[in-house]
Amino acid sequence: MTSGGEAAISLQGVVKRYGPIVAVNGLDLEVRPGVCFGLLGPNGAGKSTTMRMLTAQTLADEGEISVLGYELPGESKQSRLEMGVVPQLDNLDVELTCRQILTVFARLYRVPRNDRPAAVQRALEIANLVPRADTIVRDLSGGMRRRLLVARGLIHQPRLVLLDEPTVGLDPQVRQELWSLIDELRSSGVTALMSTHYIEEAERLADTVAVMSHGQIIAQGTPAELVRAHAGEQVVEVYGSPQRLAEVGELATQQGWPSRRSGPAVAIMRAETLDGLAPEGVRRPANLEDAFVALTGQEIE
Amino acid sequence: MSAPTLDPPGGAGATRRIRRLEPAALAGVMSRDVALFGRYWKATTFSSIVQPTIYLLAFGLGFGSLVSRVGHVDYVQYVATGVVATAVLFSSAFPGMFNTFIRWQFQRTYDAVLAAPVDVEELITAEVLWISIRAGVYGLAPLLVGIAFGLKPNAGMLLVPFIGFITGFGFAAFGVTVAAVAKTIDNFNYITSAVLTPLFLVAGTFFPVSTLPPGLRTLAQFNPLYHCVQLVRDASFGLLRLADLGHAAVLIAFALLMWRLAISQLGRRLID
Repeated sequence: MTSGGEAAISLQGVVKRYGPIVAVNGLDLEVRPGVCFGLLGPNGAGKSTTMRMLTAQTLADEGEISVLGYELPGESKQSRLEMGVVPQLDNLDVELTCRQILTVFARLYRVPRNDRPAAVQRALEIANLVPRADTIVRDLSGGMRRRLLVARGLIHQPRLVLLDEPTVGLDPQVRQELWSLIDELRSSGVTALMSTHYIEEAERLADTVAVMSHGQIIAQGTPAELVRAHAGEQVVEVYGSPQRLAEVGELATQQGWPSRRSGPAVAIMRAETLDGLAPEGVRRPANLEDAFVALTGQEIE
Repeated sequence: MSAPTLDPPGGAGATRRIRRLEPAALAGVMSRDVALFGRYWKATTFSSIVQPTIYLLAFGLGFGSLVSRVGHVDYVQYVATGVVATAVLFSSAFPGMFNTFIRWQFQRTYDAVLAAPVDVEELITAEVLWISIRAGVYGLAPLLVGIAFGLKPNAGMLLVPFIGFITGFGFAAFGVTVAAVAKTIDNFNYITSAVLTPLFLVAGTFFPVSTLPPGLRTLAQFNPLYHCVQLVRDASFGLLRLADLGHAAVLIAFALLMWRLAISQLGRRLID
């Protein structure tokens, strides 16, 4: 058992290099039990590398990692037994049926023989795949395959689940389905660590969000705290001709107002502090996207 | 073994020890292979029967009209027993190469397995075990075809699946090693043409190694398949001798060496 104490996941000073590239650069992270923790960052921030290190499929060059009280990589097999993983990339066996895949993973996760049929049935129900139990994966839709991936990660009722970009590349309707699935998971008290580069996903599902950039956590808190701390309360969006937008942008820079281009507008943050100096525009509450851009300097898709 | 149980969340496996090569992990990985086998066993069985039949027709009857006997053995029977090694080679080295590469690089199923409580050593051992059990069983097919062509059944033939298993283990692990170091699946062509084809021809399958020039004859001694052919023939004709222990020792050494090599080579690439 470890210095991590009660933390479900703890990383301290973790570094991972690939040749000259530093993918994870002194990462400190602590996930408390029962929390849905969102790891938010642009592509290439080091999220997937971090996720792989938690299953010891990538080994850290420096630092300490513990998962569910087990030290990695030495005790990783034990921690993997007690957690579930939903990968970013579809890695299902396309030739097998849903039931076959779930049965194989029930064995891999050491679900006792007599409990396997019930575990498979339960997972099929969670993923809403009961009518498709004996369909081979090749014949499933993209959304069904993704739900099967989630079911596979939950086959042994883990107390911790890693979700690596769970809805990347899905259409909006399928994404909604997956969100409600993850939300149910959260209400059942399972600890979840979810990496994502979708702001909305983090905002809706995560109790705590850590913003990751260049292999480090640069801010952390509840979505509301992050918004307040890094984007203020209100944002004014100024619309107009490209010339007008350029003027407003220049004004903001001169005055030292935090601003960014937001589609067809210039968004000036912390509008509540501008005392009527702000140019005319549409006022709206600040959101996590504003905070994210303020923090990372990066627009998201 | 103490069957590890999984309690409801919270109390799971606190007393469970972490061990290497757990039977439960091996069985889990192999259960996946068994499920997949259910999809393709017909094709495998078909080719395992048809291939030796063609060899026996082409070499045994065609070539056999020129060569009627090798030593004391009828040429058809000589080929029928020799082709066992060919069947084992093809049904172990190729799955070792292709299955590994496809599951690792294209389907990424190995990523999913390694996220579960399964280690690289267990994953590779289970995959190689499965391939070699299958190769051992299907190694019997040429003998069955041979019996249809007049080969006399012998109790020693019951040893053939075991010989096939050990040989298959080595070549399956060899295939895994090749898959680990290959950059693309096309690179397998180098191995197939430059390694596997000579191995299969210079093994005493279709003609005795003793007819080769001395240099090649010595090289054949380093060919595991040659030792497999010798063992299978001696067992099938009821002629097992002390020298066969030597052949068995070579096959076991080859299997162990390749097994460790496969784990170290693929392991280095699966875990970065």
